[in-house]
Amino acid sequence: MRAYLSDRMGAALLMAPLLLFLVLAYAWPFLGVVKWSFTLPTPGLGQYNALLTDQLVQSVFIRTLRIAAIVTIVSVVAAYAITVVWVRGTPVQRVVAEFCILVPFWISVLTRAFGWVALLSNRGLINTWLQAVGFISEPLALVRNEFGVIVGMTHFLIPFAVFPLASSMRSLDDRVLLAARGLGSSRMRTFWSVFVPMTRSGIIGSALIVFVFSLGFFVTPAILGGGRSVMIAELIYLRIFQSPDWGLGAAISVVLVLFVGALMALLFRYIRPKQLV
Amino acid sequence: MPTYRPGPVSLILAALVALFLLLPLLAVIPVSLTPSRMLAMPSGDLSLRHYQALIEDPRWINSILLSIRIGIVSSAFSTVLALCFSLGVWMFQPRFTAALVGFVLLPMVVPPVVSAITLYFLLTSISGFSSFFGYDTWLGVAMAHAVMTVPFATVLILVSLSQLDRRIDLAARGLGATVWERATRIIMPNIKFGIVTAALLSFVLSWEEIGVTLFITSVNAITLPRLMWMGLRDNIDPAIAALSVILIVITVLVLVARSVVVRLRAAR
Repeated sequence: MRAYLSDRMGAALLMAPLLLFLVLAYAWPFLGVVKWSFTLPTPGLGQYNALLTDQLVQSVFIRTLRIAAIVTIVSVVAAYAITVVWVRGTPVQRVVAEFCILVPFWISVLTRAFGWVALLSNRGLINTWLQAVGFISEPLALVRNEFGVIVGMTHFLIPFAVFPLASSMRSLDDRVLLAARGLGSSRMRTFWSVFVPMTRSGIIGSALIVFVFSLGFFVTPAILGGGRSVMIAELIYLRIFQSPDWGLGAAISVVLVLFVGALMALLFRYIRPKQLV
Repeated sequence: MPTYRPGPVSLILAALVALFLLLPLLAVIPVSLTPSRMLAMPSGDLSLRHYQALIEDPRWINSILLSIRIGIVSSAFSTVLALCFSLGVWMFQPRFTAALVGFVLLPMVVPPVVSAITLYFLLTSISGFSSFFGYDTWLGVAMAHAVMTVPFATVLILVSLSQLDRRIDLAARGLGATVWERATRIIMPNIKFGIVTAALLSFVLSWEEIGVTLFITSVNAITLPRLMWMGLRDNIDPAIAALSVILIVITVLVLVARSVVVRLRAAR
């Protein structure tokens, strides 16, 4: 019995270092940030009040929600198209689709944003080509605006949208689809009234993941937005480093965490964590 | 047995998405070969001067070395912590496992910018006591990266533990093995692959980490992504295109090698 107890103690002790590390290096400083939001520059609820009244902050919040919503819809639809082939294609199609999903997934966010700069900027590939062909005389403004941000974020988030979709498509029974076809339903009709409804949980899961990710996005909007279409995360950065207003930056962070927490709670009502991978 | 395959419409749409996904990665190749000092398409002549700049400019070499050092230290730290924690969870099976694991996964689900401001608070507080460990030091960055990567390492190790047969551990226990012996001689050899994957993933995540690094460094601890960021925001330096091409080629090679290995293992 004593050996049994000391075994249990030993195993429990193994968990301690990581928990201690994260309490000290993550939970405690997060509480510090919460404290900033109530005490800087003066104690009180002033920063939260400012969130409700400051026009700039509000326009950034609205822009962030708008961009996140557009990016979510486009990414999930695009991810759906490629996931169908990745999960249900012929072996060769699968390998090609997997390559196209995984290569961008593993490449750093900076490289990918830079790739879009190289394509979309005034002297980038697309404008150079369009001008050479003679379609346009002045370069199109494709970057340093909301369009560039949406393109870059969609590109970053498609692979993340693929994984929940793939798991719901894999668990779908082929025989149901074949039955629909056998009963005379067209390809289109089978897709829209059998395939799509049966992958609903995957669609909801991937939409929520993409939406949550895009709310806190920093690098892509900062590079492709060129300071002109600032999103929440960049606003926090600017408040901390450019117009030192730590209290407001901290208050925005707290609100962002609460909002994302509520969305995550929603996510876990629809899918179990294991289905995400 | 017949299977349900995607039709021509699906294939065309998927091909468009695939093109969209690969386009920006292909676009950096011509830019990296431009002879011009600025970001531009090469018009006629090609040049390797931007690749040469990567080797000759000490700024690039220094930040590559710094990123490797930070990656190794933070990956070792986070893998060891994640391994101990996961072994404890697996052997001890506490009643509140879900809550503990959920806590450990927090840095993975909280928006990165919030983690960034949190770690900024931590490191500026530490800077008050110590000059070699805190804001804008390489050790501080390594610790911050460990916080950000430890959830991923934990998930990978927990997943490989979940595939392990509990009976081999019960047998060892029945034969009188201590916790230490069970962990090092029974469990760890069986999850080697998961541990190595966790360490590699932690390294890769640290190597390309920028969101948090941006908040906790200024002039001393310039990691490679941080240097790329500086080059991207001010005057776009085509050396970044050359570096991007190299990083993309490495990624493709690793993924191809991995899929070959997976296929060989499956064939056996």
